[in-house]
Amino acid sequence: MKVVVIKYNAGNVRSVQFALERLGISPTFSDDPETILSADKIIFPGVGEASSAMTYLKERGLDQVILQSTQPFLGICLGMQLMCSHSEENNTACLGVFKEDVKRFVPNQAAEKVPQIGWNTIYDLKTDLFDRVQENSFCYFVHSYYASKGEHTVATTDYCGPYSAALHVNNFYGVQFHPEKSADTGELILKNFLNLPL
Amino acid sequence: MLTKRIIPCLDIKDGRTVKGTNFVDLRDAGDPVELAARYAEEGADELVFLDITATNEKRKTLASLVDKIAHRINIPFTVGGGISSIEDVRILLDSGADKVSINTSAFKDPELINRLSSEFGSQCIVLAIDTKQHADGAWYVYLNGGRVATERKCIDWAIEGVARGAGEILLTSMDHDGTKAGFAKAITEAVSKSVPVPVIASGGGGAPEHFAEILNGPADAALAASIFHFREISIPDLKSYLRLHSICVR
Repeated sequence: MKVVVIKYNAGNVRSVQFALERLGISPTFSDDPETILSADKIIFPGVGEASSAMTYLKERGLDQVILQSTQPFLGICLGMQLMCSHSEENNTACLGVFKEDVKRFVPNQAAEKVPQIGWNTIYDLKTDLFDRVQENSFCYFVHSYYASKGEHTVATTDYCGPYSAALHVNNFYGVQFHPEKSADTGELILKNFLNLPL
Repeated sequence: MLTKRIIPCLDIKDGRTVKGTNFVDLRDAGDPVELAARYAEEGADELVFLDITATNEKRKTLASLVDKIAHRINIPFTVGGGISSIEDVRILLDSGADKVSINTSAFKDPELINRLSSEFGSQCIVLAIDTKQHADGAWYVYLNGGRVATERKCIDWAIEGVARGAGEILLTSMDHDGTKAGFAKAITEAVSKSVPVPVIASGGGGAPEHFAEILNGPADAALAASIFHFREISIPDLKSYLRLHSICVR
């Protein structure tokens, strides 16, 4: 199976590579449209800032490549946020794959720190991505912005209120948490993604 | 609900895990990759690796160790020790680290925090502060693994560090480190109230009740080393204890 990880200016993709290798997959890292669109599965990771990432994607035409893809596509963390319609992070227009908007956490109490860093539960799980994943499993999150709940929400997490832990429409999936760092639960979710039919 | 985190810390010297009391008297505690894998399996929430002998010529050794660890474990980990430039951080992140911790170099060059957080994002910049209470009752910053005192108050430095872009504070009380008599509650609380980012309490955790006390209070995470290395407390037992005391853990 040919798995391509989209290479761009946002962040640390090494842990995604190692997680895939533990599952017996050697991913290709690429920013070449043909390579990306010929993949069986596309992964769009990302840690960083939304507006500079969007600018970079647009300059290289990668925004259009993403929108053209028809194979199973997984955005992780910032990758998922960039697939939403708009982000409050530097008021950035995003790809619009998901209709949901990205907002900054507003703490209700002193105990709610921003960024949220650590393990939180995911619930109301829908789609094959969460096949055999138990409700209220723990996943690892690191983020200051979140996608609101909406029609594409397929998993929910509570922090400063409920928000989208995962989104799905057509061939596009997005997860806010880091499956590559979420121990056995994360491995199962990555396996499920790799097992999705073309 | 976001859980409180239990973080084993591995002090690394010449590729081996060591741990001393009050920052001296190092004892060998084993192979860091094996220890890391064991902790990940036992339910540790994150790991911290501090290279206490990091020097320029040894940084390559550290990067290759980080690479081995990253291949093996599926939970997040932080690496620290001798980091003083964007290039140092890039090498460690490229080797598979999720976050880096900076300490003395950031104190001497506070702009470093701004540079690193704008290059890599706040989420991967942990500001480590070693602190000690003086006769005037205030807590002061110490540098170079606790060997060099400064006149800077811990609280002030934590606030400045976060304003410059640190995404997390790793707060070690040198007065408590190695004592196994409990974490430094007052200073942890003071720092936690002063900054909007998570605070990891470190130094003094010797029994499950110490972890319950600090995690029921001001800390978002608790870090310890030798009690885990020498199996004085197992992580599953510790978590069961915390659950019994209504602390949300994974």
